Amino acid sequence: MMSLTSMRIAILVFPGSNCDRDMMVAIERLTGRRPSLVWHKESSLDSIDLAIIPGGFSFGDYLRCGALAARAPVIDAVLDHAARGGAIMGVCNGFQILLETGLLPGVLVKNAGLKYICRNVTVDVCDTIDSPFTQNLETGTRLTMPVAHNEGNYFVDEDKLARLNDNGQIAFRYTDGSAHGPANPNGSSLNIAGIVSANGRVMGMMPHPERAISPELGGSDGATLLQGCLEALAS
Amino acid sequence: MSEPEITFENAASMGLSEAEWDLILKRLKRTPNLCELGIFSAMWSEHCSYKSSKKWLKTLPVDGPQVIEGPGENAGAVAIGDGLAAIFKIESHNHPSYIEPYQGAATGVGGILRDVFTMGARPVALLNALRFGAADHEKTRHLLGGVVSGIGGYGNCIGIPTVGGEVNFDASYNGNILVNAMAVGLANSDRIFQSAATGPGNPVIYVGAKTGRDGIHGATMASAEFSDENESKRPTVQVGDPFTGKLLMEACLELMASDSVLSIQDMGAAGLTSSSVEMASKGGLGMEIDLDLVPVREQGMSAYELMLSESQERMLMVLKPDATQTAREIFDKWDLDFMPIGQVTETSRLVLLKDGIKACDIPLDPLVDDAPEYDRPQAEFVPHPVIASKTITSDAPISHILMQLLGTVDLASRRWVYEQYDSQVMADTLQGPGGDAGLIRVHGTQRGLAMSTDCTPRYVEADPRTGGAQAVAESYRNICAVGAHPLAITNNLNFGNPEKPEIMTQMAQTVMGIGEAALALDTPVVSGNVSLYNETDGRAISPCPVVGMVGVIDDIAKAVGIAPTASGQTLIVIGQDETCNDGWLGASLYARHLAGEPQAAPPPVRLDSERRTGEFLQAQIGAGNIIAAHDVSDGGLAVTIAEMCMAVGLGASIATPDGGNAHGWAFGEDQGRYVIATDNAEALINAAKTAGVSICVLGMISAKDELKFGEGDAISVVKMKTSVEATIPALMNG
Repeated sequence: MMSLTSMRIAILVFPGSNCDRDMMVAIERLTGRRPSLVWHKESSLDSIDLAIIPGGFSFGDYLRCGALAARAPVIDAVLDHAARGGAIMGVCNGFQILLETGLLPGVLVKNAGLKYICRNVTVDVCDTIDSPFTQNLETGTRLTMPVAHNEGNYFVDEDKLARLNDNGQIAFRYTDGSAHGPANPNGSSLNIAGIVSANGRVMGMMPHPERAISPELGGSDGATLLQGCLEALAS
Repeated sequence: MSEPEITFENAASMGLSEAEWDLILKRLKRTPNLCELGIFSAMWSEHCSYKSSKKWLKTLPVDGPQVIEGPGENAGAVAIGDGLAAIFKIESHNHPSYIEPYQGAATGVGGILRDVFTMGARPVALLNALRFGAADHEKTRHLLGGVVSGIGGYGNCIGIPTVGGEVNFDASYNGNILVNAMAVGLANSDRIFQSAATGPGNPVIYVGAKTGRDGIHGATMASAEFSDENESKRPTVQVGDPFTGKLLMEACLELMASDSVLSIQDMGAAGLTSSSVEMASKGGLGMEIDLDLVPVREQGMSAYELMLSESQERMLMVLKPDATQTAREIFDKWDLDFMPIGQVTETSRLVLLKDGIKACDIPLDPLVDDAPEYDRPQAEFVPHPVIASKTITSDAPISHILMQLLGTVDLASRRWVYEQYDSQVMADTLQGPGGDAGLIRVHGTQRGLAMSTDCTPRYVEADPRTGGAQAVAESYRNICAVGAHPLAITNNLNFGNPEKPEIMTQMAQTVMGIGEAALALDTPVVSGNVSLYNETDGRAISPCPVVGMVGVIDDIAKAVGIAPTASGQTLIVIGQDETCNDGWLGASLYARHLAGEPQAAPPPVRLDSERRTGEFLQAQIGAGNIIAAHDVSDGGLAVTIAEMCMAVGLGASIATPDGGNAHGWAFGEDQGRYVIATDNAEALINAAKTAGVSICVLGMISAKDELKFGEGDAISVVKMKTSVEATIPALMNG
């Protein structure tokens, strides 16, 4: 097992990304090493252990959330990384971008309430296929983290939804145990808050783990989640 | 191309008076052309010149050891320790937001953010102060929905957390809502940028978005009363693009980290006009600009249109001559326009070229330094009478009245509003909206910045001087209540037409009150904005001088919120003693909702005890003796206690005084008080006595779902919470 400090982690930065620094701070805090920030115009990624696509409003969310970012030069390198079985995590706008690249199935449409929503939610860790993003988290673990989005309402056709469910690709679901208002903040199908790819190596989620990394910031469940991912990838 | 002769008619259509027109002729010694007239009218508008308020603003205290930059720059700056400065300002976008709520509010946020990052500061927090018409007014839902969505639309996208604010409703804002936005940024104290142009011959660079025909003459619109015809002014509303705003912010901060920028100014109200004029004038220099070089997104724009456009996300800067290439590369990286459009000159004149010929050649002094300044007449102010509680109270149980008040929109939860704002991006938010003050961590340190926006217009209306002082005092309390030390304020004076003597009195007396409180509480005024002519069809708004305050706490681990944490904790009020068995109901929410809102004097503000109590609270929070603190404001003690119970989901048992007036005691709005929760009551009482601070034990937090006043008068906390959470969603969905 390599140490977390020796992990090579890249955070992609698009014009309009705004959680890149928050993710960098969270990762550095957990690994002791500052991840590299990679500008969207770069066309290659050095060999890395994890690529993270952070939240924000890449390209202003113009056209469609994530649609323009998914066509940026750096995405070719991300696709190559994925083809080699590399690990990729997308949070919020990063999740939207991953859907636009086709690395994950489905779409994120406007919240059912038709409004932006920022608040804490509680998610359940689901029983998933073998994936570094969930393997260190016990199924049924409840994690509280904030969501902050306009388009977090996960949708996919019924067949694919059934397949996601049957394959164990649903990683996180909004739970009814939340003390913070209605369980599902955005009308997402099957209360989906995050999914993994069929090989478990790509994960997208709407809640922001990087914002929940210390009790002062309202909780540290995000750190638990990230730590689990990092340790799994290092082993 | 010949232009028709310019006459007073043209000047009048741009909001200039006949005397001002004559003054222009006298200063220029000729008739201005259309472009020049446009520049004069914008610079002499109330919005840019402060011509009606300047005389009074000059009386405000602006100095203190903490002050790095007082009023006059894009924003004020105060030292917060460790060589860092907090840079902040509040600004109004009232008129545009009424006409086009989403864009009006969004560009209000964009504009105030530019003011802050122009100074070299990275914005770290946003707040706002919003006033809408009566909840049941036909336009309120539309305006509230649009404004909230616009504020979120800009702030969320650019990635600055909105951590606080206030939203209130009153019929006087039916036809003239108020949208004030405040931004707070952080910079190194020795890396603060200013706007004064330097070095004749240095290049003047235009950066950011291209110029279009939007927002032409917005500053002039903001300086006139509204009438039914104003809907037709939609084209004068600017359109915001937070994505470009984000790129501009990142590019400017990247450039300012290099050693390239000599001076910089954002293009806000009156666009290229005010930025070029202010930069040149502050530097005691001149400026020459070739308008054909301005990046445009529409063809055939005239000199007048180019100078008066308020297209958003643009900046003007003077660079070191050898830094142009470095700067250009940064703006290329961010895909933004970067265009040298002129140079600094020694002439003290603004010279504009268009199509190779001079489109404008005017001296700068008359535009700024010799701009009109008025001492407008005032009316005599007749104070409202002081009324005794017993003249308006009933025998109804406290719990019944409490439930009634909590059911009003005045005390409803603002969750529907603030959940539409990203309050946590940047991952330093320790306390977002819903508490007394927003609190953020200074990135990478143990230090915190607390901030709050406040005003109680019904007090200002009843007595402007007291109301002005109260706005400062309330902000002060909100900062103290989280355990922070108040540092300085910014203010946004929203009033009606200053040409009416009674409005002028309101403004002058309010400023006096703000000044007295700012001095007594050692929170100098470092920046601000004035919004006048907030009238529709001759009816003025309820005066609303919003105060935005910033404070600092050295150790964020010590900060407290409004929620007690466990049953058995003692609830204590400070700023009030055991003998108190009545309270001040004049101008209170109780008087408004249960007594037909009689004309009555507001509660007095006692600045010496205010400061003594505030400093005591800061010290006790710092010493770890306090678990939760909440200032007593709208609705008095009973509402304050109820809010603390709802915040934790526990009950409380409160002792009521013998004799006196129960409603006055429970709902009186006497100033300078806080309710605190502690498990160290005895030490606290002793410390208060030593410090000369009034203190009185109220009761205890209980594990039961009931807030109980005396024997038998109880109400379910769950029921209260359900009620306060339901009001605004019902209003918006109903």
